[in-house]
Amino acid sequence: MALLEVKDLEVCYGVIRALRGISFDVNEGEIVTLIGANGAGKTTTMQSVVGLISKNGGKVTFDGHDITKTPCHKIVHMGMTQVPEGRRIFQELTVYENLLMGAYSIKDQSGFKNDIDAIYTRFPRLAERRNQIAGTLSGGEQQMLAMGRAIMSHPKLLMLDEPSMGLSPLLVDQVFEIIKDINKDGTTILLVEQNAGKSLAISDRAYVLENGSIVLSGTGSDLAASEMVRKAYLGG
Amino acid sequence: MELILSTLINGLSLGGIYAMIALGYTMVYGIAKMLNFAHGDIIMVGGYVIYVFMATQNPLLAILMAVVFCVILGIVIEKVAYKPLRGASPLAVLITAIGVSYLLQSLAQIIFGSASKMVTVFEFGSVKFLGANVQISSLVTLAVTIVVMICLTLFVKCTRVGRAMIAVSEDKGAAQLMGINVNRIITITFAIGSSLAALAGLFYLLKAPTITNTLGAMPGIKAFTAAVIGGIGSIPGAMLGGILLGIVEAISYKITAIAPYTDAIEFSILIIILLVRPTGFLGKKRREKV
Repeated sequence: MALLEVKDLEVCYGVIRALRGISFDVNEGEIVTLIGANGAGKTTTMQSVVGLISKNGGKVTFDGHDITKTPCHKIVHMGMTQVPEGRRIFQELTVYENLLMGAYSIKDQSGFKNDIDAIYTRFPRLAERRNQIAGTLSGGEQQMLAMGRAIMSHPKLLMLDEPSMGLSPLLVDQVFEIIKDINKDGTTILLVEQNAGKSLAISDRAYVLENGSIVLSGTGSDLAASEMVRKAYLGG
Repeated sequence: MELILSTLINGLSLGGIYAMIALGYTMVYGIAKMLNFAHGDIIMVGGYVIYVFMATQNPLLAILMAVVFCVILGIVIEKVAYKPLRGASPLAVLITAIGVSYLLQSLAQIIFGSASKMVTVFEFGSVKFLGANVQISSLVTLAVTIVVMICLTLFVKCTRVGRAMIAVSEDKGAAQLMGINVNRIITITFAIGSSLAALAGLFYLLKAPTITNTLGAMPGIKAFTAAVIGGIGSIPGAMLGGILLGIVEAISYKITAIAPYTDAIEFSILIIILLVRPTGFLGKKRREKV
């Protein structure tokens, strides 16, 4: 059974139908990517699945539970976490306090010390800057912090919305390496990216989103090889 | 010298009251992004609850009941009047808040009449303090407000709920993604603000033992001014703005020539600060999303 199953999801902003009934699923242990151009509905998909914006139709099932109408904070407690577009770390809190916020949904705080040490090992830069105000971090460091903060809640499903946006090519490679790493440690990943080449390379499966509809799906390598994806998203 | 000292203590205690009320404004603004103009009237409600329960001759019971009643009232107001407007235009919320303010004042008038009521909670005298004649009630007010402010600061900084409040005030969406129940945090914020307003009601009765249905109106506006001067949304800002305004008011009242213009002077300070530093002393510039 799929960990996340989205069926005929529809979202409207006023009269505009941003999502026209999309269906996709994510199996346990997979990396699944949604690719698509600006305005295709990627972020809308992510935000409506996690309950940040309301859905106008369709059904979302997570880990066997119907979460179509569940509020966001409860979904997070069920084990779905999202690194939002633009990172949205808490600018006025320190790096450490941000990680603390990431563990907000964990009731048992006994593993906190280990978790935070694991984050500092994975992201040495965060360890160096643990007491620094997060708003003063560079873009790359903020992305690391946003990812570290998300992992603190031990998600079953980690959703990442454009994690490579605005980063230098070197950092982009690093971010994709980390995503692969997190996945290897047993976390299922749903990724949204404009960087189709890099994300398809690490994905088990992928979907192409255009104007609020899914127009193509397949394995990462199939899509990377497909004529249409190469023309539209890989520059040739 | 004595005059300066007694004026300063008066100013600090008055400022402490303003700070307590301003904290309610600023915390609600920070977390729910709304101006709760009914906040001042909670002070009045707290005063009347004390008046009613002073019939038992037990001041501590009266104070406790005032705090409990105001907390419940604050939560009910939020649930009934403001929560349905979440996501509505700020103007609609503002008008609703003003409506709630008039509702509370009118209800108090219907229940208690428009004549002012006398209520003496404690009989405090005055003491000689470094040669100055100082009201004990001022010292009590000052001491309690200092304790409250320290507790509140520690609460926000060091508890799970407090940190959640900071997170919600900074980014509601990201806070939800941490698993924070934003509605619950808003409820807690209204509860804290209302309990502080109830205490402010007590301190007003200590200063002057009469109560009318408009008791909260002027302190409400003054405290709002204090919150804006300090930087609305900022907890230390509300404390600073409140104390500052209290001291200015106390000094101004002592100088015969300008005493009648005290309110005007205070609001002029607001205007000047808004011109020079629109975010207030400790307010943060709104960061634009890059």
